[in-house]
Amino acid sequence: MLDLINVSYDTQIPNNVGLSQDKKVLKALEKWHPGYINWWNDLIPDDFQKSLVYLRTAVSVDPKGWAKFDYVKMPEYRWGILLAPEVEDRRIPFGEHAGEKAWQEIPGEYRSMLRRLVVIQGDTEPASVEQQRFLGLTAPSLYDLRNLFQVNVEEGRHLWAMVYLLQKYFGRDGREEADDLLRRNSGSEEAPRMLGAFNEETPDWLSFFMFTYFTDRDGRMQLESLAQSGFDPLSRTCRFMLTEEAHHMFVGETGVGRVIQATVDAMQKAGITDPYDINKIRDLGVIDLPTMQKKLNLHYTLSLDLFGGEVSTNAANAFNAGIKGRFQELKIDDDHKLHGATYPVSQVVNGVIQKVDAPALTAVNMRLRDDYVKDAAGGVGRWNRALKKAGVEFQFEMPHEAFNRQIGAFAGVPADPSGEIISQEAWDAKRNEWLPTKEDGAFIQSLMQPCYEPGQYASWISAPKVGIDNKPGDFEYVQLHMA
Amino acid sequence: MNAPLKQHLIDPEICIRCYTCEEACPIDAITHNDDNVVVDASKCNFCMDCISPCPTGSIDNWRVVATPYSVEEQFEWDELPDQEDITADDGASGDGVIEALDDAVAALLAEAHAGAGGRAKAPASAAKPTVNLFTISKPTTATVQGNYRLTAEDSDGDVRHIILNLGATAFPVLEGQSIGITAPGTDADGKPHLPRLYSISSPRDGERPNYNNLSLTVKREDQGVCSNFVCDLKAGDEVQVTGPFGATFLMPNDPEAKLLMICTGTGAAPFRAMTMRRQRTDPTDDGMLTLVFGARTPDDLPYFGPLAKMPDRFLAKHFAFSRLPGQPKQYVQDQLRAQTASVTPLLQDPKAHIYVCGLKAMEQGVDEALADVARSAGLEWTDIRDAMRNDGRYHVETY
Repeated sequence: MLDLINVSYDTQIPNNVGLSQDKKVLKALEKWHPGYINWWNDLIPDDFQKSLVYLRTAVSVDPKGWAKFDYVKMPEYRWGILLAPEVEDRRIPFGEHAGEKAWQEIPGEYRSMLRRLVVIQGDTEPASVEQQRFLGLTAPSLYDLRNLFQVNVEEGRHLWAMVYLLQKYFGRDGREEADDLLRRNSGSEEAPRMLGAFNEETPDWLSFFMFTYFTDRDGRMQLESLAQSGFDPLSRTCRFMLTEEAHHMFVGETGVGRVIQATVDAMQKAGITDPYDINKIRDLGVIDLPTMQKKLNLHYTLSLDLFGGEVSTNAANAFNAGIKGRFQELKIDDDHKLHGATYPVSQVVNGVIQKVDAPALTAVNMRLRDDYVKDAAGGVGRWNRALKKAGVEFQFEMPHEAFNRQIGAFAGVPADPSGEIISQEAWDAKRNEWLPTKEDGAFIQSLMQPCYEPGQYASWISAPKVGIDNKPGDFEYVQLHMA
Repeated sequence: MNAPLKQHLIDPEICIRCYTCEEACPIDAITHNDDNVVVDASKCNFCMDCISPCPTGSIDNWRVVATPYSVEEQFEWDELPDQEDITADDGASGDGVIEALDDAVAALLAEAHAGAGGRAKAPASAAKPTVNLFTISKPTTATVQGNYRLTAEDSDGDVRHIILNLGATAFPVLEGQSIGITAPGTDADGKPHLPRLYSISSPRDGERPNYNNLSLTVKREDQGVCSNFVCDLKAGDEVQVTGPFGATFLMPNDPEAKLLMICTGTGAAPFRAMTMRRQRTDPTDDGMLTLVFGARTPDDLPYFGPLAKMPDRFLAKHFAFSRLPGQPKQYVQDQLRAQTASVTPLLQDPKAHIYVCGLKAMEQGVDEALADVARSAGLEWTDIRDAMRNDGRYHVETY
């Protein structure tokens, strides 16, 4: 009998989907594999490829087995195909097919819709690794270097997860799409990644932490809604990916939190109480809080764009079809079909931002974005609590959803961070107070010097409260290969 | 009053509210509101399924409580409460702090600590111990990393240094704590064996720092079911482990504290741990540690080789051998009397801590010797002892 919990290593590709008995898919994946390894090897600087990194690898998909820690060279990381255990007699939880048995094969009429969703999700995974490829060279500690690489290898595994679905369920089209996932490249002129936020570079570590906090959180919300899918293999894939995605949330929230902590500590040590005394604070080798607010504004608004239009028939169709649900669909108390239901959607009406009731079915993107905003606000509140505790008079604020948007109802609307619509000139005049400037970027860049001593941290970031895998403070998370 | 129990808690300062634990919990014991993710003590059965999926480590927190914190209380927290000093009015450990939750183990420890002549108390600057994370009904598994004979081949005493690896299991220990090992099989009445307690002989960060391991010092007893089982373990074998146990026989964190450690045989285990801890934290602080160690012969004395290499300025060593051919029998009490000049100031130093560990039979001799030393300075030992014990500075663990 097939063991669908433990990862089997009887093929080149670790998996819990019985790949050794699925010759056709195995062959397709083995054909794809060298391209992937090339992509990885060309991407990450060579010295890091040869370093031993203390990484977590899943050896089974049940809670006890999926966090096995050990030193590994990244190219030898066991990227594999891991699906959460099958739920017996699982039913489609929403849409027109609610209550019917979940699909193990794709219904023909939903094929192209599903393929598009899988490709878009899959495209973001390698993109973020590409965006972050040079960060290792300026890592503020071995701990952070390890966390970066953990994020990277898991994004790589998420690519595998999506590619498996494409190869297994979408035939020739799927194989071509899988190849294209390696052909497109973040920031490329000819073949850019599909979503805008994934073509922006991640120039420094604060951007990386903000990205993992805000942008990966969008990824988490998307995965959560795909985990509800009536197409069971997609649901199981996404459920397992969510456990990994949680680590990325962790890197973002604690990363930003530790940057804040270093700033607050340095200010207190120097006797500076005014958080807006920017030059003096920067002289301490830390990042001032107002600049961090600007970074927050940028990454948050870029991430809001990832949810697409507030009112969307595509989203309505995917929901109706039982392909993509809502955040925590099973915990929502309604008919899960949204017949006749409405949902308040923000829109600009006569120059004023208003909530307008729209059919709930077409507003599922909006709802997911609202859930995202609530989720993202939690961590921001915890950063603020730390500021309050330290007695610093500064609080981070999430800008209004209309601020700095390129997609949806507010695209091109000159709204300030509080949601007031102002003139374009007034907006342009204030832009540098709201969003990072070149000078801000140059200052942050000047702090980006590697710190590779075990237990040591760059001036602008504080040590974590708890080590990875309960390791003590001076643990050597990466044994660097020095050429 | 309810018997004290272990409660599983999530650290709200470290948790990122990803709800992965909530998804992982097979019995829905984990829930959340807009603020916190919390464990319902009335449901949690310590299956540990939530521990490894947590990306932050916030999940791995435990408190011994008289009344569990309710879900609503936990929703209000900004940070975890400190471990409260729990006193068990009706527990087996008498009116002391909780040394173990398993009744059988608590009784063993209460007996082991009885020699101090009153209620045992931890040093004021000791780290807060974690107690009984793994119980008799829910032990954890350790893998044997090595098993080395400490006594000479021709010695008839077989004392072993055994290193256990805890793998990915968080098993926080302090120097002076013990773990329980249960031999497989059943006793003459067909009941499972009770666990035997063994003092940990490595410091809190492991036999080797950064490796999640610990060491034990175990003597083979002729008829001892468990000691024979432990002494016969080979690298790679797995053992069921409970604990950690003990909340009073602990070392002070205060680097200025002086330690007088008196032991016989495998009673040296906790002192090896404490000495190594000081070596790792304050390697250049001389004149703080004194060891009085009794055995039959040097060949029979565990760690004799490594001890001999340790400089006297860091650790003053006084050996007492009771079976050296052609020499009068020497016991630890004789060495204590011989060292009156260096021991007397320790009896009057508010930073000094005295530890006694070994066989029950040594208690009386040590007590009398310390009384003699005190008397020579015009002091009353029982007064000093009671004062030191109430101050958390006099500790006895004998069996």
